[in-house]
Amino acid sequence: MGLMKLFRFPGGVHMPDHKQLTRDLPIDRAPLPGRLYHPIQQHIGEPAEPIVHIGERVSKGQVIARAGGFVSAPVHAASSGTVVAIDRLPYPHPSGLQSRCIVVETDGEDRWVPGLRPIANEHKHDPGALRALIREAGIVGLGGAGFPTFIKLHPGREQAVETLIVNGAECEPYITADDALMRTQPDWVVDGLKIMRHALQAKECIVGIEDNKQEAYERMQAEVAKLNDPTIRVVKVPTHYPTGGEKQLIHVLTGKVVPSGGIPLQVGVICHSVSTTVAVRRAIRLGQPLFERIVTVTGQGINRPRNLRVLLGTPVRDLIAFCDGLNDDFKRLIAGGPMMGYELHDDRAPVVKATNCLIAATAAELPENRPEMPCIRCGECARHCPMQLLPQQLYWHSRAKAFDKVSDYRLVDCIECGSCSYVCPSRIPLVHYFRFAKNRLQQQKIERQHADAARERAQTRESRLARQRAVKAERTRKVKAAAAAKQAHDTPGSAATATATAPPTHVVSSDTRPQTIDQEARQRIATAERQRKAAASGTSDQA
Amino acid sequence: MVENIIIAVTALSLLAIVFGLLLGYAGERFRVEGNPIADQVLEVLPQTQCGQCGFSGCRQLAEAIARDEASIDACPPGGALVITELAEMLGREVPHGHDTSEVPAATLADIAESECIGCTRCIQACPVDAILGAAKQMHVVIDAECTGCEKCVDTCPVDCIVMRALPARIATWAWPYPDAERAA
Repeated sequence: MGLMKLFRFPGGVHMPDHKQLTRDLPIDRAPLPGRLYHPIQQHIGEPAEPIVHIGERVSKGQVIARAGGFVSAPVHAASSGTVVAIDRLPYPHPSGLQSRCIVVETDGEDRWVPGLRPIANEHKHDPGALRALIREAGIVGLGGAGFPTFIKLHPGREQAVETLIVNGAECEPYITADDALMRTQPDWVVDGLKIMRHALQAKECIVGIEDNKQEAYERMQAEVAKLNDPTIRVVKVPTHYPTGGEKQLIHVLTGKVVPSGGIPLQVGVICHSVSTTVAVRRAIRLGQPLFERIVTVTGQGINRPRNLRVLLGTPVRDLIAFCDGLNDDFKRLIAGGPMMGYELHDDRAPVVKATNCLIAATAAELPENRPEMPCIRCGECARHCPMQLLPQQLYWHSRAKAFDKVSDYRLVDCIECGSCSYVCPSRIPLVHYFRFAKNRLQQQKIERQHADAARERAQTRESRLARQRAVKAERTRKVKAAAAAKQAHDTPGSAATATATAPPTHVVSSDTRPQTIDQEARQRIATAERQRKAAASGTSDQA
Repeated sequence: MVENIIIAVTALSLLAIVFGLLLGYAGERFRVEGNPIADQVLEVLPQTQCGQCGFSGCRQLAEAIARDEASIDACPPGGALVITELAEMLGREVPHGHDTSEVPAATLADIAESECIGCTRCIQACPVDAILGAAKQMHVVIDAECTGCEKCVDTCPVDCIVMRALPARIATWAWPYPDAERAA
């Protein structure tokens, strides 16, 4: 294959990749756990809605929660068994908060009922049919983001898809899940790529692999060579963090730059990860929904690092046990990579669709947050930012909570890769500041929407009350006029009786009290009043 | 000589009359109804309609602030965010003693359904029509519309309305301020 011109994105960092721990290991199957915990939110978008009840028998691959909207994904049981609980339980999230999970007690039979109809030749089917099947299979971006995949398999309306990129860069240290897939199942990756290409009607396909994965590159290269299709290429890219970032990989392979705040489709590119590609292949060819994934369990703190094929919903604790447990140096558990992952506070949390790696780190390996020192304005962060932002400016403004200013410095474009924090000599947790500012901007937006809705309701209510007052005033005026007319030919002095006998008005206004409250309610009001008085006198006594 | 003076005076008078009419017409034609500053202030206020400021609603406070009769920190639920926004918009000083980072904790009214006697008083008190119910029927708060103004709490004759904090949920969780986390 001819050499392809590669581009270089600005910034980025080089660092030890720590992949040797699991680089050459095969993919082992993790054992079936006693209980599977299926969170209803494993993707970006609306949470899924449980459709099973406690005590219900479910089979492997059965839908147990359906998609809660367009941007959502269903959840499938990863093995057969009985639903024993639907409750808030430990969940892998930086907050450490719990989330609703459907708990399935497995029966060990792993009984499988095919739900989806496999497609042997994608070319006989409309791309829409493929997308529908992929949606039903609950597939979301397995590289970590968890965005529903079927949406990213829509060809653009205005812009045709030129290039489909399969992201095999896997640039974060430690992680070897995609590497292991490409080494052991290159045929699956390429098959998945062909399916996705048909769905997108893309002109060309590129598989981008970092050059620290030589074996994966060779296997993939050999597999693609069998197709003898010059529009599908496997390209080796330099190992340079964060090449695996969607926008960075697109830049490296095509030279195209995704506009600020935009999506890759705007430059005619769609990017999917290797794991997602394999999940798509599994759904289309075998009719299997997404119920398992590859997870790298690694770190100096674990006795036996491995690449594992894990049923979604398996508690992290079970995986650690399967890897011969933690050693004495173990300090903390990280979900995801060391750059973009987060600390897992509870090892009962399950593996979810986005879990690609678990790192049992020692204190020496990944030191805990040390106190930050003052910024010395060295500018290293700006030099290494792959999005060409000014982290230092963003830092000042985030720190000062000047949220309107951070927007001026394109905070939305920050991909939270952690390069700036990594190079900061003052150990300032820059990305943490940026996440904080991003979240607060989001919150402000929601608050603003809520306030707008409240204002509208308050105004509607005010005008309604004004209308009612006007109607009431009009009636009173008429009654008075009638009384005055009566008074005119009656004797003076009987006017008072005339007004008193006027028909009662039934208009409800803001200060009308209901006339009829039943006896029991009256008693309860009296009791409450007494209690209130007693409480008041009690406090005054004490005073 | 005298003619020149007359011409000048006449010309100037004519000009004065023309411009006077023009200005008078423009004043009528482009008149702004209400106080535009009050509307801008109203945009910023959180719309809880709670009356904690001493005015009957957000609009009334906005009008008072626009007339400079109320302080820009008069709105307790708005917190520091509203104060800073108003200070910037109106060019006034931020009154002392406000942490601009503090987010007021959101609370919602909650009616103890088994105790509600269906008296409709809270329904009438709610400034944003966020309580549903009818006479002698149980009432319920629409969570999504409740602004947490607490106006309903005091009207309840059987004390069955309590304010509860929103539980921490992943969907609404936000990264804390880095320093705060390390201090904890």
